[in-house]
Parts: sequence; C-alpha cells; structure tokens
Amino acid sequence: MNPRPDTPYLNPYLAGIGLGLVLLASFVIMGRGLGASGAFSSTVAWLTNLVAPAHAQANEYLGEYVGDGSTHPLKAWLVFEVIGVAAGALLSGILAGRARLAVEKGPRVTTAIRLACAFAGGMLMAFGAHLARGCTSGQALTGGALLNVGSWAFMLMVFVGGYAVAWFFRWQWR
Amino acid sequence: MMTPLYKYGFFGEEFSLLVAFALGLGFGFFLERAGFGSARKLAAQFYLYDMSVFKVMFSAIVTAMLGVTYLGWIGVLDLDLVYLVPTHLGPQVVGGLVLGVGFVVGGYCPGTSVAALATGRIDAMIYALGIFAGTFAYAEVYPAIKGFVNANPMGQVTLPEVFGLPWGLLVFAVVLIAVVGFWGATKIERWVGSRS
Repeated sequence: MNPRPDTPYLNPYLAGIGLGLVLLASFVIMGRGLGASGAFSSTVAWLTNLVAPAHAQANEYLGEYVGDGSTHPLKAWLVFEVIGVAAGALLSGILAGRARLAVEKGPRVTTAIRLACAFAGGMLMAFGAHLARGCTSGQALTGGALLNVGSWAFMLMVFVGGYAVAWFFRWQWR
Repeated sequence: MMTPLYKYGFFGEEFSLLVAFALGLGFGFFLERAGFGSARKLAAQFYLYDMSVFKVMFSAIVTAMLGVTYLGWIGVLDLDLVYLVPTHLGPQVVGGLVLGVGFVVGGYCPGTSVAALATGRIDAMIYALGIFAGTFAYAEVYPAIKGFVNANPMGQVTLPEVFGLPWGLLVFAVVLIAVVGFWGATKIERWVGSRS
C-alpha cells in the first residue's frame, strides 16, 4: 500500500504510559483532565455566532459556548489544548515519516464511500459525545482514571456499540 | 496539599491557556506515536486483529489513576479539587452506544481525528466536518431532548462512593482488569491473526 515503509508505531503500553503521564500532569497542574469534543462545540458556536448571532445566542446549547460576549468563544481551554494536539501529532508524524495526504480505508471500499462514512461517523460521534457530556478523551480516559461512575458506564457502552455494528461495516476496513 | 496548581492560584487564566497548548502537544504526540492518526489502526480494535486501542487506553488510565492515588496519599494532590464530569447514567449509556457506532462508521473519535487530520488524513478532515454538522444538529434538537439529557442527576460521583468500597480496592480491581485484559487481548490478536 505505502510507497515506503513507515517507522513502526510505539509499543502500545509505552504510548499509553506516555498518555497517562500527560493526563496526570493535567490533573496536577490544572485540576482537570484532557478533552477534545468541547473544542468542536466552541468552534461551532463561534461560526454560528458569526453567521447568525441572534440564532447562536438564543440557542440553549450553543449559547453557553458563545458566552455573554465578554470573551471570544474560541478563547477556551479545550480549544488551545486541541490546537496543541494537532501540533504534537504533526510533530510526531513528521518525525516518523507518517505525515502525508491520504485516505485511511480498507482495500475493498471506494474513496467516495469511505469519505461519506467518515462524515456520517463524525455526525454520530458528535451526538454521542454531547449526550454523554464528553468523548473518549474527556470521559473514557479522564473519567476512567478518576473512577468516575458515568465515565465507566460510557466507556463500556462505547465498546458494546462498536462491537455490535463492526460486522456490518467490515467492508470498510478489511 | 498544594496541587492542583491552578486551583491553588499559582497562575491565572491566561497562563492556563498556554498550559492547555503544552498538554495538548504531549497528548497529540503520544496519540500519533501510538498509531492513532490512522483510522485503520483504530478500527482494528473492533475486528480483533490489533487491540492497541484497548492497550493504550488502559495503560494510560492505570498510569494516571495510580499517579493521582499516590499523589493524593502522600498529600500532594487534593483529589476533591479535580473536576469530575457529573454522572447522568441514561444519556451517558446511550451516548456511549452512539459514539461506539460512530467510531466504527467513521474510524475516529474526536481527539484521534485531530491527530489524523493534522498528519494529512483526508478522511479525518471530512470526519471533523461531520462533527461540526452533528454538533450544529444537536444544538438544534437540544430543546426537545434536554429532559432526557439532564435526567437522573447523580452529581460528581466515583465508583468507590457508589459501591461503598475503599478507593484502594477499586484501584486494585482496575489494575487487575487491565493486566488480565492485556493478556487476553494479546491472545485474541494471535488467534485472529493465525486464522486470516
């Protein structure tokens, strides 16, 4: 598939310990864990506020992210954290020779269908993350380490949901 | 007790944004190192031939959990000041299911999609657009479903509190689950690998 072999991935246990230490640092320095989905909410609130300010401010969900106008919607902790995620991933990807334009898919699916699935998956993910008050980062990882009740229930159900439909989507990956 | 530093007023909000960027840098670096900038690698978890998602996640959870437990025990970290997302079991169970389906369909979760799009994965860029669309749609239907989303509030609550068990026992149980899980996951990978 690839024109040249990539650097092998880091041993999963070592990568996990690395992630865990970053998460621990976040607890100790900030008193909160890591996240991701909240940054998307801030961005959507900001964009909606640009296009239709009355609509964004009247909306119960986006209104909270827009705020009272005293601070910019993008001046949020998770937005800065996610910009860091992008920069850190790019750095690692360049060092490993893995940064390149590509579509991740199995050999049996067309690019168009894969991209349509990616879009649909993103929409589902957004709904799930908002219902659960966090995603794999903010709930499963962060709350998992803090023995948060809702986080463990959430994490279990992520695996249940994924395994329940995996067979129906195997053409996309294998 | 002197940490969390931010909660003890060691620095202000402006500086906290810098901290956010620095922590994100480490988060993104290790996500990409682990191979989580690739949807195929992530989706493999659900087809059992590569269980890295489970291994990385549980190594991270165990590391951070042992860290907060130890730092709390020696009196450095005030765990009561670390933010817990409030528990609402109904929406969190449904949200988890929906997110799990979205993971298999889309190939990413929000954090890993950022790592993937930053390293040039076009499907991750489209996936992120899907998150934007989904977030907008969610905000539109929120008034209709907010009764369900906010039902049965249990507050900020941990497993030891709910089950009335010592913190240390739950920590031990999670470590045990992780170790047995790592052993089982590797067995499954070999079994599935030998069949295909």
